[in-house]
Amino acid sequence: MIRNRLIVVLFAASISAGVMAQSAVRPVPLKSGIEFTGAEVRALQNDEFANPGMLWVTRGAAAWEQPAGGENRSCAGCHGDAAKSMKGAAMRYPQIDKADGGLINLEGRIQQCREQRQNAAPLKYESEELLGLTSYIRMQSNGMPPNISIEGAARRHFEQGRDLYYKRVGQMNLACAHCHQDNWGKKLGPETISQGHGNPYPIYRLEWQTMGSLHRRFRSCLSGVRAEMLPQGAPEYLNLELYLAWRSGNLPIEAPGVRR
Amino acid sequence: MAARISVPQNARRGDSIEIRVAIQHPMETGYRTDDNGTSIPKNVINKLACRYNGAEVFRAEMGSGISANPYLSFFIIAANSGELRFDWVDDAGVTGSERTSIIVAG
Repeated sequence: MIRNRLIVVLFAASISAGVMAQSAVRPVPLKSGIEFTGAEVRALQNDEFANPGMLWVTRGAAAWEQPAGGENRSCAGCHGDAAKSMKGAAMRYPQIDKADGGLINLEGRIQQCREQRQNAAPLKYESEELLGLTSYIRMQSNGMPPNISIEGAARRHFEQGRDLYYKRVGQMNLACAHCHQDNWGKKLGPETISQGHGNPYPIYRLEWQTMGSLHRRFRSCLSGVRAEMLPQGAPEYLNLELYLAWRSGNLPIEAPGVRR
Repeated sequence: MAARISVPQNARRGDSIEIRVAIQHPMETGYRTDDNGTSIPKNVINKLACRYNGAEVFRAEMGSGISANPYLSFFIIAANSGELRFDWVDDAGVTGSERTSIIVAG
């Protein structure tokens, strides 16, 4: 009898824990991943010349000026000086696209511009050119926190992103939250678990020896917990990106980041 | 191959000045295989030289041990105003070069 009652109590507790987990919360205090990386990586990111991500930014700056597609028009042809026109642009993504009502991130917007305005072939999601343009544009918003909307049409995406964040996946049966919400600051092998914010992306990751998008990072994490990986740009990843942008609160963008 | 070069624009004669070079390159070691198990051939920037008004002042010979997107830093003595030229070549024979000018006073 007592044992049964205990099981009921435990069951109720697990349900309430499950319900609790569905509420969107931010880590307190908010810390950028750069605070967990160690002094060498921090120095590398902060050195504007030595930061290897700047090679992609250099490429992106060149691509910005390069006419492309059937219209033979460059990004600069419409938008002019990126330092002015793109300042603060990245902080508003992901956002609802006014044209089709779907959620779109910065990479998606660049693709859309290419296809509709330049009449050019789309770039592969993880291509050097798209990483270059994304990091170049993101960098113009450095120091600014995300300024996204999670209301109206975005609400549904936000909630789905949040649910994915708390959903156990893969053979390891872990959710994002188990590491990055509940156990940040603790050790996973030699590494300190970060809060898992998207503010430095695209990043130069030393393990990859190259630049990578936030969605590549999602795939890495999912591979780590032995879950199914989705292609970059998948709707589920866009929802998660929106949730992460909300979750990072007032943490400023710091692209291109460097991480181990 | 994107590259970035950092050279002080102005220097005084006799000054020791820092030159920094970063080149985007995979620096494929030759020890890796692709998803099908086929060996990926070694391809690294094996030689990089810096010429100051035509005279070689620095040369690096690199191998598999250098990370992707190599970053080099070295010092030269500022002598005369003129041009610094950087040339490099990888195992596939792809070459790259950059040039920049420097003004030396005194």
